[in-house]
Amino acid sequence: MPDGASNLSIVLIGLNHETAPVEIRERLTFGGDRELPFTLIRGILFVREFIFLSTCNRVEVLMTTPDPANAEMEIKKVFTESNGIPLGDFERCLYIYHEEEAAKHLFRVAASLDSMVLGEPQILGQIKDAYRQATDQKTSGVILNRLLHKTFSVAKRVRTETGICSHAVSISFAAVELARKIFADLKGKRAMLIGAGEMAELASEHLISNGVAEIVVANRTLERAIDLAQKFKGRAVSLDEVYDQLSKVDIIISSTGAPGLVINYDNVKSVMRARKNRPLFLIDIAVPRDIDPRTNEIDNVYLYDIDDLKGIVELNKAERQKEALRAERIVEEEVIKFKHWLQALDITPIIVCLREKAEQIRLKECRKTLSNMGSLTPEQEKAVHVLTASIVNKMLHDPITYLKGKSSREHKDIYLDFARQIFNLNGESGDIEEE
Amino acid sequence: MNVILFKLTLLLYLAATAGYLVYIISQQKPAGRVALGVAIAGFFFHTATIIVRYYEAGYAPVTNLHESLSFFAWALIGGYLYIHVRYKVKNLGAFATPIAALSMIASSTLPKKIVALPPVLKSYWLPIHATVYFLAYGILAVAACAGIMYLIQERQIKKKKFGAFYQRLPSLEVLDAINYRCLTIGFPLLTVGILTGSLWAEQAWGAHWQWDPKETWSLVSWLFYAALLHERLAVGWRGRRAAIMAIIGLGALLFTFLGVSLLLKGLHTYAGWGV
Repeated sequence: MPDGASNLSIVLIGLNHETAPVEIRERLTFGGDRELPFTLIRGILFVREFIFLSTCNRVEVLMTTPDPANAEMEIKKVFTESNGIPLGDFERCLYIYHEEEAAKHLFRVAASLDSMVLGEPQILGQIKDAYRQATDQKTSGVILNRLLHKTFSVAKRVRTETGICSHAVSISFAAVELARKIFADLKGKRAMLIGAGEMAELASEHLISNGVAEIVVANRTLERAIDLAQKFKGRAVSLDEVYDQLSKVDIIISSTGAPGLVINYDNVKSVMRARKNRPLFLIDIAVPRDIDPRTNEIDNVYLYDIDDLKGIVELNKAERQKEALRAERIVEEEVIKFKHWLQALDITPIIVCLREKAEQIRLKECRKTLSNMGSLTPEQEKAVHVLTASIVNKMLHDPITYLKGKSSREHKDIYLDFARQIFNLNGESGDIEEE
Repeated sequence: MNVILFKLTLLLYLAATAGYLVYIISQQKPAGRVALGVAIAGFFFHTATIIVRYYEAGYAPVTNLHESLSFFAWALIGGYLYIHVRYKVKNLGAFATPIAALSMIASSTLPKKIVALPPVLKSYWLPIHATVYFLAYGILAVAACAGIMYLIQERQIKKKKFGAFYQRLPSLEVLDAINYRCLTIGFPLLTVGILTGSLWAEQAWGAHWQWDPKETWSLVSWLFYAALLHERLAVGWRGRRAAIMAIIGLGALLFTFLGVSLLLKGLHTYAGWGV
């Protein structure tokens, strides 16, 4: 498409967690040198602008090039040679997108539609970092700047207009989300971990970041409890003290390997009076279960076991899938807008646009003035039109000649984009400054 | 003039109700903001309605059913706006404004003509006694709204079945806090209402208390709220039970307000249809 525009193509070449096994992904490190890929890609004759994105789940190069076939070949060479991967293996993992397909892929990645966990938020930050790096290295130009800014606004739109990020899809997050529906605010609340498993640890991290005041850790081996308590600046207690704590804490996450119940119905029932019925949120992620399922029947006690939480996570995943469909629609829309912008980088539409705008202004002003002037003869009226038209034409003559003169230049896209901005030729160009 | 303002208020409350319903369904924030703005405008015009009617009638407009239903709606919206500002809870409006709108619709069907005040009502106690009572009704109605929301939300969390309301309703603790806050405002008002009523009765009828149905029922609902408050403070009743109590309590109040006036005969019958 952009043969008319700048004879430059947009190409995205890359691999991700679905197309490439980890054995390949982990080798694409360029020996840990962050500068090296930039130096190498900059050295490729066929690459004009480029951005290099590397995360643990994907490695991608986005570029503009006058010669896609050769540029792709050279990129593959750079990756395989400096990372010691056979070309055949590497090629099998690759996807290559051109033009609006490349833009679409980038939009999808940024909106986290291409992530392992749908809707996870980190990828957008990673793309922003990659872009910052590219601007530092001055490898990004008019087209990629525009594309990346568009990408950020697409990601933002998807985030605010769809619920793709709003449902917890991990057990520990789901637990915290529930806690926030029971307690208004986790600030000032106290949580107790019984047993010190990995999931309990993860959940406590989320609890802490949501403002929980104190974490009490009870464990069979006190040593491990103390370790963990130190990590969260909390307190360690022995398993025997769990009952005393029942009246003091608000959230309990239990994950012991005990064969029987650690907390039974009567334990909880009897503390509710002392608690003045303050709500108690029990999370039992142990198998076999630690907490008597009947405790859920007590007023103001809410018990969730591992299956309940898994159920929520499954529901939320389905919910995100549904939201993803809406997100895809937004992406499609934005791809079309971007395509229009790209096409508009051609010389003819800009000149047409400029003339149209000038003519519109001229007609509007003439109409205003003529209606104020009262009765003019048709000849006089015509004279006014001729006069204004010739002023407009003379004014536009030089800019248009200038633009036409640049049309064969290699970097004409810069002039064209600039012309658009100076004359404010499309509503679209306004949103480039969004981010 | 007051009737025109009244109609404008009714329209604004209907619009606010519609806005809040759109908001709770679509969850689009602008809808919520617009609805709140319309509700505030409605409250403003409603206040004007009451003041204008006060001047046009020459007495506090809380005497017949048209006036009292309208005043109840005013107190309810006022109570809602106060709680909204204080707790920043979303979607309480979708529960509170429909009740106010309904009350206004009922009020609008009743005779609005200003008639001479019956001699028994000509007293400085009228504005105090009735106003305080309706303020209590308004804020306790908000408590009942929070109670309904609590029961819906609690059921979802207990049964682990999350419907459309789960995301849309606030947390249990906030809803319970609203319930308590409304109770601590509404109950003293209710108490003052009964006391002033009793003083006024002494003046007008020569006895503090005569067990007329309205008196009996207001005592019943007062005792009910007193029990709830006591249990909350002493035993720490909260959550589901408090929510249920708040809803039943409002039922008792509404029966005192409407049921007794319309169904049972007694000294307070002037508060009836107003014909």
